[in-house]
Amino acid sequence: MADPKTSYQGRIHLLQKELMGRYYQELTTAATSGGPPAAYMLISGNPVELVRAFGMLPVYPEVNALQIAVKKQALPYILKAEELGYSVDNCAYVKADIGLYFSGRQAPFGTVPEPALILCNYVGCNVYLNWFEHLREYSRAEVFFLDIPFVRDPMAPRPEDLAYVVAQLRELIALCERITGRSLDWEYLRHICALSARTGHLWAQIKHLTKHVPCPLDAYFDAVTLMGPLYCLRGSEEGLHFFEEAYREVKERTELGLGPLPEERYRFVIEGPPPWPYLRVFRDLFSRWGAVAVASTYSTVGGLWEFGFAHDPDHPLESIAQHMLYWNLTNRDLLRRYQQIRRYVQEWGAHALVIHSVKSCRLFSAGQGDMREYFTKTLGVPTLLVESDLEDPRYFSEAQMRNRIDAFFEALEHRRLVGAEVRP
Amino acid sequence: MQDVLGRCRETVEEPAFASVRRWREKSPSARVIGCYPVYSPIELVHAAGALPVGVIGGGNQVEIAHADARFQSFICSVVKSTLELGLTDRLTFLDGILFHSICDPARNLAAVFARNFPALRVEYIHYPQNLSSPAAVTYLVTELERIRSVLAEVTGRQVSAATLRDSIALYNRWRGRIRDLYALRRSAPERLSAAESFLLLRAGTLMPVEEHLPLLETALREVAQRPAKRQDRIAVLVEGAFCEQPPVDLIEALEQAGCYLLDDDFLVGWRWFVDDVTEDGDPLEALATSYIDRSVSCGTKHDLRAPRPAQLIRRARAVGADAVIFLCAKFCEPALFDYALYRRALEEAGIPHLFLEFEEKMWIFDRVRGEVETFVESMLFG
Repeated sequence: MADPKTSYQGRIHLLQKELMGRYYQELTTAATSGGPPAAYMLISGNPVELVRAFGMLPVYPEVNALQIAVKKQALPYILKAEELGYSVDNCAYVKADIGLYFSGRQAPFGTVPEPALILCNYVGCNVYLNWFEHLREYSRAEVFFLDIPFVRDPMAPRPEDLAYVVAQLRELIALCERITGRSLDWEYLRHICALSARTGHLWAQIKHLTKHVPCPLDAYFDAVTLMGPLYCLRGSEEGLHFFEEAYREVKERTELGLGPLPEERYRFVIEGPPPWPYLRVFRDLFSRWGAVAVASTYSTVGGLWEFGFAHDPDHPLESIAQHMLYWNLTNRDLLRRYQQIRRYVQEWGAHALVIHSVKSCRLFSAGQGDMREYFTKTLGVPTLLVESDLEDPRYFSEAQMRNRIDAFFEALEHRRLVGAEVRP
Repeated sequence: MQDVLGRCRETVEEPAFASVRRWREKSPSARVIGCYPVYSPIELVHAAGALPVGVIGGGNQVEIAHADARFQSFICSVVKSTLELGLTDRLTFLDGILFHSICDPARNLAAVFARNFPALRVEYIHYPQNLSSPAAVTYLVTELERIRSVLAEVTGRQVSAATLRDSIALYNRWRGRIRDLYALRRSAPERLSAAESFLLLRAGTLMPVEEHLPLLETALREVAQRPAKRQDRIAVLVEGAFCEQPPVDLIEALEQAGCYLLDDDFLVGWRWFVDDVTEDGDPLEALATSYIDRSVSCGTKHDLRAPRPAQLIRRARAVGADAVIFLCAKFCEPALFDYALYRRALEEAGIPHLFLEFEEKMWIFDRVRGEVETFVESMLFG
């Protein structure tokens, strides 16, 4: 079988590289020669709009950890954390980040500044609480735990939860005013929310374009390229500009009938974070079968714009709270995730579901066997479950992964031959 | 004392909640609410006329044959064995079950329960994690109010403020006796072993508080009379087993290896408050305030006002522990994370410590005993 080239040859990948390079340059400058106070935050549904309104520099330990993994440098940092007492069974994102912290915060792509504020947006992931509690112990920086009640009943988001989050955002504003020595400029916050709303809308439109046959970009392997600017630059002019460019390009490819592969033979939905240390290897295992991801749950951890969310400049705090409470994947329960995937399979026209189960992130993985049960037995969707990790290279076995993926697509081929394929 | 202990041991070791089933069969209107670790608002369950029951995995009685197809190899045992109990029809006596925001697998387990057991009322409680915020009490009152309505739906009984206050008063007495039991262990560990106190308490999670309270009172009276001679052992604080529970034989092995376990966090969610919950005023507010301001330090509660490493050192010194043993359930991420910070704090404080991993279903303890013996010897003769 010919192994087609699987890289996405578009302008946006180059532009992304440039923007993220600039972002890391900004972090390095802040770390080495001073700059705006750094606010550490988590990716899942975060209040970056508020942080930006104070001129603070958003820093995402998750993004730093994954960049280290992409550069195949994660293991020494992980081992450093394990020497400090972290377990082999702890989340490797945390370990890589703690290892980085105790390595002078020097990563292969730049230096991370010390935090002025440790802002734990507790959106779903319980490990976030441990992670930022530990960073606080080590750095002694100012800390704020922004507690986001989990979506847990049909009334979500409950008005009581919304009131609780807005009350905390007001406390957070007071803390940021103390740290930066300036008052919140509400007009500026509204402006940032408007930028976020437009950015989110473009991102949503791109997500909907992947319903097209052939799919104009891989909604997993290419979508992760867009996620960097979505999180690190959301609420800024350059972030918006990037998404305008990205939308134009994806739209153009859709009209020209271009996809990431020479031939699209299978469309699949993928659940779970990528194996960052082996991203290209993993991608190629699908490309050789002409398989393209048309939708992914991972690309919605930070927000579910594609299902109708937009920041509201007229109600900045309430809409930030809504985003954190309800409009992201991580704060929703597993059954809501099943429904999200089911919608992807149906509306995005997929032949199969692939579950990438990672040991590090139990928010994603715990119970994915039940998910497989639901999709195969209840819905009759061919489902493949493979295991590795998002950060720790010790958990990726290429040969085993290849065998599993090949066996799965061979079975799909067979179903196609005998006319028993699930039609998208 | 042997009578009381014998009864408790029997209750704990009977298969698949036999005593709870018998209790439920006595009356057609009886309702049972399962309480997954760590802390459930048992006063609310009691006030709604239901029996709160500790659903804390399958211990060493359950072979996992189905649940491991739903939860992966890197997920802790208590999550899988609790699901196994459900998948093998051993939880059919439950009308509802409460899960809480303690960790990611437990949260996902709640959803898996909801899908696989549609006849069971599954509720997930989100406890606040911003305990410094003045808004946290208000929020928690609304969450408890929501649970009160859910329980009223399950039992068909509205919970009045007066009824809830009575339940709070009853559980205050019960927890008071448990605190007495722990105080006794600290002052005279030769009279009451940690394994015995664990059995006494675990039985309390499987029977009505009205039946368990007299058992505790008898036990307290009798323990005080026991003849016993203090042995040459080290005094230890045990930390880390706040969710999945260790086998009784493992607790005994630690003691036989030369430790007096002066304090521990076994079944800590059932003890939870450091003192009585206020019995007057609004009872939901009383429960919420106690949760936020007067509950124990625990790996699933992130109170920035009182960081856990400092709390551990304070507790170890307060009970006069010579050492700390971390008894972490395998794959328990909250406990494993805590260990990294605890280790650092204990080293700074100069308190010796030992790290041990366990699983609820382990049944060979020679290696653990050997490790603990070496540790004890290094302290006694080192």
